[in-house]
Amino acid sequence: MIKAKQKPIAEIQGLIAPYEKILILGCGTCVTISFAGGEKEVGLLASSLRIASSMAGLVKSFAEATVQRQCEWEFIDAVADQVQRADAVISLACGIGVQALAERYPDKVILPGVNTTFLGMAVEHGVLVERCRACGDCVLGLTAGICPVARCAKNLLNGPCGGSQNGKCEVDPETDCAWQLIYERLGRLGQLDNLTPIQPYKDWSKDYDGGPRKIVREDLRI
Amino acid sequence: MKAGSNLEKVLSSGHFAATGELGPPKSAEGAVIRHKAGLLKGYVDAVNITDNQTAIVRMSSISVGTMLLGLGVEPTIQMTCRDRNRLAIQSDLLGAAALGIQNLLCLTGDHQHFGNHPTARGVYDLDSINLLSMVKTMRDEKKFACGEEMDVEPRFFIGAAENPFADPFDYRPYRLAKKIAAGADFVQTQLIYNVPKFKEFMKRVVDLSLHEKAYILAGVGPIKSIGMARYMQKSVPGMDVPEETVNRLKGVPKEQVRQEGIKQCADIIRECREIPGVAGVHVMAIEWEEAVSQILELAGLLPRPTI
Repeated sequence: MIKAKQKPIAEIQGLIAPYEKILILGCGTCVTISFAGGEKEVGLLASSLRIASSMAGLVKSFAEATVQRQCEWEFIDAVADQVQRADAVISLACGIGVQALAERYPDKVILPGVNTTFLGMAVEHGVLVERCRACGDCVLGLTAGICPVARCAKNLLNGPCGGSQNGKCEVDPETDCAWQLIYERLGRLGQLDNLTPIQPYKDWSKDYDGGPRKIVREDLRI
Repeated sequence: MKAGSNLEKVLSSGHFAATGELGPPKSAEGAVIRHKAGLLKGYVDAVNITDNQTAIVRMSSISVGTMLLGLGVEPTIQMTCRDRNRLAIQSDLLGAAALGIQNLLCLTGDHQHFGNHPTARGVYDLDSINLLSMVKTMRDEKKFACGEEMDVEPRFFIGAAENPFADPFDYRPYRLAKKIAAGADFVQTQLIYNVPKFKEFMKRVVDLSLHEKAYILAGVGPIKSIGMARYMQKSVPGMDVPEETVNRLKGVPKEQVRQEGIKQCADIIRECREIPGVAGVHVMAIEWEEAVSQILELAGLLPRPTI
């Protein structure tokens, strides 16, 4: 899922400084799971901002709402009235939700309340890790189900660099070297031969370098 | 001959090679290059010029290499994948070849996190193995990475690096095999202090006959101080500095540590020279270039052959 992290409160205060009536809008899907922008975080952020504003002697009102998914029109249409009543909306959804609101409500100021961080999972409670870069050309079939694009700091495709030591990444000794994991798991699966062929230059045009990406499914279009 | 450089000639005629290293300055100061080149001239077969080493901005490798050519010192330019994509690398290499540079060391590069611009975007369009294969294709097939042909190809004696001490240790010889298959004509290793472990690595390299396909130069370097030894032990990724190495330096009075470091380096060279499959040494004495001639003299590698 998409993982996000709430922006520092001071940054959010800066963003809302010009506005009085503010709607804090959460999202019930990815950011809820990552404890960054669900109903609970909407409530906490609203309380913090109310206290901070009154201490600063500012006249501001904070409304709260959460929709199931901010990345689908039908869900964000359901809060049209609340959005219209606000001067500005702080979206606690990922960047997709923020942009969906901006597109649906062209005259409304929509502000991000979180930093969208990566595609990943919680490996334990409170520990979220990146697992996918959405590079558009999946190599997991060659690498024993461990992604070198997302999990190697240099996104190497031909094996480990010279900086891995004790199985850890040179960039962060707390992070496993992806190629160490790949090597061990290929060994367990009897697939170490996968490492022998030289992987060709990666086609980064399928990643961000090709410009904004789009999938059109003619079979599904109405 | 792949490129006909002095280094290639020394190695192909069966001499035990000795290369040095020069770190470009963090400024536009040219005089320091002339000074450092003077300390190495005549003592080594070629001099590596690092490419923004440890991800710190320095004078460009190709420009320093060009200055060395003018001073009569053969350069080996280093090229990393961290700062340039395949367009920039190929373009720079065409220029380097036209300027007369004949040796090239292909590296992935230290991560930008270590350097003085840690918030920079790392490129890593290619990895070092892709880079080796791209340079070989340019040289041997006269083709760019995209497959288009060129009239005049850049002819490099192509080098790769290998760290015998990084993890996974068992995979390292196979990774070296991959680099040689991709295009490496010669290999320079990470600094060796743990000689027994390097011997074990080389045994596996020889078992795979890799020493018959590429010239393997053992990386060595003198340690200046106990502090430097501790720093390398603890903070340099992929370094293996055994406690005995530090103890030898601790065993002499403080004012003799530098000289002991030079002797220790010469001893490591002598040991490496006895290891089957080792074709030469690469002496890395960054910011201590004056030590190189002493080390090579003590190791019995002077004078250098002229071919």
